[in-house]
Amino acid sequence: MKSDSNLEKVLAGGGFAVTAELGPPRGADAEDIFKKAKLLGDCADAINITDNQTAIVRMSSIGAGILLKQRGIDPVIQVVTRDRNRIAIQSDILGAAAHGISNVLCLSGDHQKFGDHPTSRNVFDIDSIQLIQLFKKMRDEKKFMSGQDITVAPRLFIGAAENPFADPFEFRVIRLAKKINAGADFIQTQAVFDVTRFEEWMKLVRDKGLHQKTNILAGVIPIKSARMATYMKESVAGLKVPDEIVARMSGAKEAKEEGIKICIEIIERLKKIEGVRGVHIMAVAWESIVPKIAERAGLLPRPKTNNNSAVLL
Amino acid sequence: MITAVQKPIDEIAGMAFRHKRILIVGCGSCVTVCFAGGEKEVKTLASLLRMKAKMENRELAIDEITIERQCDHEFIDKIAALVEKADAVISVACGAGAQLIAEKFPNKIVYPGLNTTFLGITEQQGIWKERCQGCGSCLIDKTGGICPIARCAKNLLNGPCGGSSDGKCEINPETECAWQLIYDRLKQLGQLDSLEEILPAKDWTTSRDGGPRKIVREDLKQ
Repeated sequence: MKSDSNLEKVLAGGGFAVTAELGPPRGADAEDIFKKAKLLGDCADAINITDNQTAIVRMSSIGAGILLKQRGIDPVIQVVTRDRNRIAIQSDILGAAAHGISNVLCLSGDHQKFGDHPTSRNVFDIDSIQLIQLFKKMRDEKKFMSGQDITVAPRLFIGAAENPFADPFEFRVIRLAKKINAGADFIQTQAVFDVTRFEEWMKLVRDKGLHQKTNILAGVIPIKSARMATYMKESVAGLKVPDEIVARMSGAKEAKEEGIKICIEIIERLKKIEGVRGVHIMAVAWESIVPKIAERAGLLPRPKTNNNSAVLL
Repeated sequence: MITAVQKPIDEIAGMAFRHKRILIVGCGSCVTVCFAGGEKEVKTLASLLRMKAKMENRELAIDEITIERQCDHEFIDKIAALVEKADAVISVACGAGAQLIAEKFPNKIVYPGLNTTFLGITEQQGIWKERCQGCGSCLIDKTGGICPIARCAKNLLNGPCGGSSDGKCEINPETECAWQLIYDRLKQLGQLDSLEEILPAKDWTTSRDGGPRKIVREDLKQ
């Protein structure tokens, strides 16, 4: 094992992994994290905490991750290169690892233009692929990017994101290969709505044998309303929502129930795709629905490993 | 070239109207080419300021001069007498030119008339686009002749982010995704393989991060 991650253990055990996303609060509110932890803790192998997603300031992913650890939950810490240079990133990850955090998800981060501080300066000292390389070097070679020695190396399970629906389509598989070569132990994809296109992408992935070199977790987002479906289709960069889904949501009597149904149908199809090792459920601001989706999609109970039976504080 | 745009007239007037006699200094190189601070623009700016001063019943004398380059001592030296006559100077050159005037006349107040923007090209009449950030270590040999430092909103060196859609950048539907351009060009050149190489973290010491930069050419130094 590369780390003490519960997620790594579940994947190594051959299980179909489940992770869930948690958006930290816009305040120093530990209770909010504990509430969500209670909700998500039993239906996911690890909980993925966003790092100031859409460039809106929130509690830090590492801070929230430490709180989750205190509840015996395995956090996945998102790390974006937008706000921190290589010095800060390395320092932060040592701090996170010292608190027992193992999983990291390496991202470039949404541009600050979309956030609540659009006049800020961005960093982008390194990109997400260089970030993966950096964490691997810290873990495997016990060295900083500078080449200097680390006294106690962080034990990390390194993740990366890939968007099969962004352009250029043909480049997406090359980019995935680069991330795997850089050291990505697991891959979390952008939310899948167009399963057929995702299947095509997975075929390209399998043709290159990439599914055997990493663990691919397919992203899903439960849709709450017809408005949300339209918004995601029209306004969210990098998401592709087919017309059929928008139509189903608009035509439904019970929109929420329809959204849950769509999500479960997608998960069922994803389970059957060779090389998909799990799902990542992104129900930000609708975390309460995750247990129901996990239950109805046949994802429960989650396997017990030594890690997630950690002492509850 | 270095591109620039003129500051809003009210902002310039706000600076000019603190004085009774000003000198507007244009520059004959880059900012002439991009119609921001050449002889013609100096003339127009002076007229606008005169009109505005008159409307507001302000006393303001304006001298105008455009020199070949504001970033070279020799051309600035020639206008020393005019500068001395003025209470303040409005430089409509790039930031480098405005600063050299300030440096050469320590007792004069120098105001910027332009906002210096980027190193770019003329796309067509009236449209300029950024192409270079002067990072001091060019890498476009690896990216099909297209610079991801200057042209990707996130300076990504290893491919597009998840926000690239239909060839456009997520930050603006009118901005081309640099990595789509790079991909298309490498495809055309039959060099897609090169995209599999991971470009290492950039050494930014040659860029602005290393502090103000200086070039010394021993072979030319006097």
